[in-house]
This record gives sequence, structure tokens and C-alpha cells, in this order.
Amino acid sequence: MQVLNPTWIGKTCLLITLVTDTMLRNLVRLHSRVGHALSPPIVYPRSQALKLPLTLLSVNSKYYSIITERKKFYKDVSISHGEGGMFEINLDQRKMKTPGGKLFTAPNEALAIAVANEWDTQKDTLKFYSMHMTTLCNTALDNPTFRSKDQIITAALKYLETDTICYRVEEPPTLVELQNNEWDPVLNWIEDRYNVVIGSSTNILGPEIPQATMDTFRQHLGSYNFWSMTGLEYVITQLKSVVLAFALIDKHITVEQAVLLSRLEEEFQIGHWGNVEWAHDVDLYELRARTAAGALFVHFSSESSTVKRKLMQD
Amino acid sequence: MASLSSPLRICRGILREIRAIKGPEYKQCLAYNYVLDQFRKNQITGERYCRAQEEALHASHSYLCLLTSTRQHMALYDIYHGKGQRDTEEMAGIVGLRLPTQPGGKGWEK
Repeated sequence: MQVLNPTWIGKTCLLITLVTDTMLRNLVRLHSRVGHALSPPIVYPRSQALKLPLTLLSVNSKYYSIITERKKFYKDVSISHGEGGMFEINLDQRKMKTPGGKLFTAPNEALAIAVANEWDTQKDTLKFYSMHMTTLCNTALDNPTFRSKDQIITAALKYLETDTICYRVEEPPTLVELQNNEWDPVLNWIEDRYNVVIGSSTNILGPEIPQATMDTFRQHLGSYNFWSMTGLEYVITQLKSVVLAFALIDKHITVEQAVLLSRLEEEFQIGHWGNVEWAHDVDLYELRARTAAGALFVHFSSESSTVKRKLMQD
Repeated sequence: MASLSSPLRICRGILREIRAIKGPEYKQCLAYNYVLDQFRKNQITGERYCRAQEEALHASHSYLCLLTSTRQHMALYDIYHGKGQRDTEEMAGIVGLRLPTQPGGKGWEK
């Protein structure tokens, strides 16, 4: 066994204290900016600088981390039953947590499997920007902007005043015709279904939405639970249209159709001037992925299914 | 609006996507078994127009769209997204151009 040289120990301790002092000062500065208190790690080898991502450091962080990628640190993903009928996700025996530090729980199996599949899809590096279902679940669980359901409903209905479907152009005539042919049926559908008046307009201020319409929609949105409302507001924000979001959530149109209708003018211009893959296609696929995730999220959060078996009687 | 495609096509599409993600052991993964299970459960119904069946079909169509578009988006992202400083030739190649060649060398080079 090697006998430790006392002077060597002394020098190492001095080095560690020096390193720790500067590290401590840096950490304190970081903490005061980020706004949470935490005991810093004591020993840092000099070569490894402050490389820990913010998610690992924070426990009561008010702010989310801005890490977009990190190395894959698990092999297997599985789901398990938690308390209260909720489902949890296990990454290699460790339970998955939200960025806010809470335990990740999904209300039903379908949602849990969708999230688990997203984590399973990752290879070598985790790309958080491609995990849309996980993001939605985390937002619903953590509520980082501390909004109540009413605030979310108000924010969602704000999009109605400048709804894509209601904003029409006056020229070129081919585009006007395209908008009438594609958007009018959806507008008629929603006016019939909810018994409201919306109307379209070529005015720069947009259509005049009567208060009765807003009240009907507000009442209808009030019937969704908090999770579904998070998902629905997300879909409205992505499609930039309340009418299209409702048509999608009520299963009147598919995701691809909703995205096409939302990007109608862009598709028109692409047809005229040509497609640019690194802009148009990237936007299209990303919008489709996000909208599909939102629609699926709402579907899973608001459904409850039971299986009834009928006995054959003869 | 246009009707959705048949359940068989959607089911096959989802399973194909899962296979593309997972590779050889795709049959053991969670999502595979769950999807097959769901499709089998929702198949049998006594009524001619079953609302729950339509809803499940719409959900499965949305899931197929999610899987396909995520894959396509990531493929384009890997090609086009900013990787820092790229070589001039590579950069030109991305937008479909080629750098000019001057066999005699540029005037000021010796």
C-alpha cells in the first residue's frame, strides 16, 4: 500500500480549496441569476468545467433548462403502474421526472406508451425537440407559466379574432377561389355544429365575432379538463386557427388536411414558384408532427374507454 | 371531408414505422403490442356505424402522421440544420450549386 506523502496531501487540499472557491463564486453567480438555492458539489477536478446541465442542478428551478440535446443515458424504456391508477415511465430502472422535478405520471396507458415510444426512438443523442408528446405532458404536469384553465381558454379564444380561415384575400383571383373552395366548407361545418355565427372577411381588421359566439365557445371549452385544454391550446397555436383546431379535435378532418388548410396560401405560392425543401418541407413536417402530437394528446386526455362484451344469444 | 383510409393500411403503416425505428427486435417493443391489441379490440362491433370505432381510427391515423412526420422532419434536420461552419463546397452542394473551377489557378496564386 502506498504511503501518502503528507506534503502532497497538503498541496492537493490547497488546490481543491482554490478550485472550490472559484467554482463556488461562479456557482453563486449562476444561482443568483437563475434564482434557486442549492448546495454546490465540493470537489471538482480542474479539467472538468461546469458541464452539468441545468436539469441535474436544479430542484426548485423557476426556469426551464435550455438543453436541446444530450447523450442517451439509458438502454431500456418501460412503463409501470403508479399510485392512483397513473402510469410512470422507467428509463433503465430509474423513474422519469419532469423538468420541474416532479415524478412523471400519465393518466392512461396509451399516453404513457406514446411517450415511452418517443424515448425509445432516440439513438445515441436525445433530441428533445423531436419529443412532442413528452413536451406536452411535461407542460401539463409542471404548468411552468402558472396559468389557470380560464386563462388558457382566454388565450385560445384570442386566436378566433384573427383566425386563418376567416382572413381572406381579394386578389389574385385563383387564390380567392381556392380559399372559398377549401375554407368555406369548414366554416359552414363549425357554424352548423356549434350554432354560432363567425363569417369571413377581407377587411384588415378581421371578422367581427359576436359575443354570443365567444360565449358558446367558452362554455364548450370549459367542459375540457386541464390536460385536454393544454393540448387544445397547443393545437390552436400551431395551426393559428380556432376553427381548424376544432375541426381536427372533433375528428371532422385529418391532421394532414388541417395542416394543408392552415398553410393554404403557402401551398398556393409553392405551386406557383416552386418548393424549397430546406424551408417548406421542414416547416411542413414539423407542423404536422406538432399538430398530430397535440391532437393525440387531447384525444388521450379526454377519452375513457371501457370494453363491453356482448354474450352471443341464440 | 374525405374519408380516412382503411384501418388495415393505417395499422400496417404504424407497424412499418415502428420497424423502421427499432430494427430487428421490433416485435418485442411496447408500442407494437399495444397497437396490435388496440386494432384487434376495436375491430369487432355489432353496430353498423360505431362512433368509438371512428374515433379510434382517427386517433390511429393521427399517430401514424406523428410517427411519419417526426421521422421525415429529423431526416431533413440532419441534412440541412446548421452544423456550425461547413466547408464551402459542401455548403454550395446543399443548395444545388457547384463551386467554379479554374484549372490554370487563380491569377495571384503561383
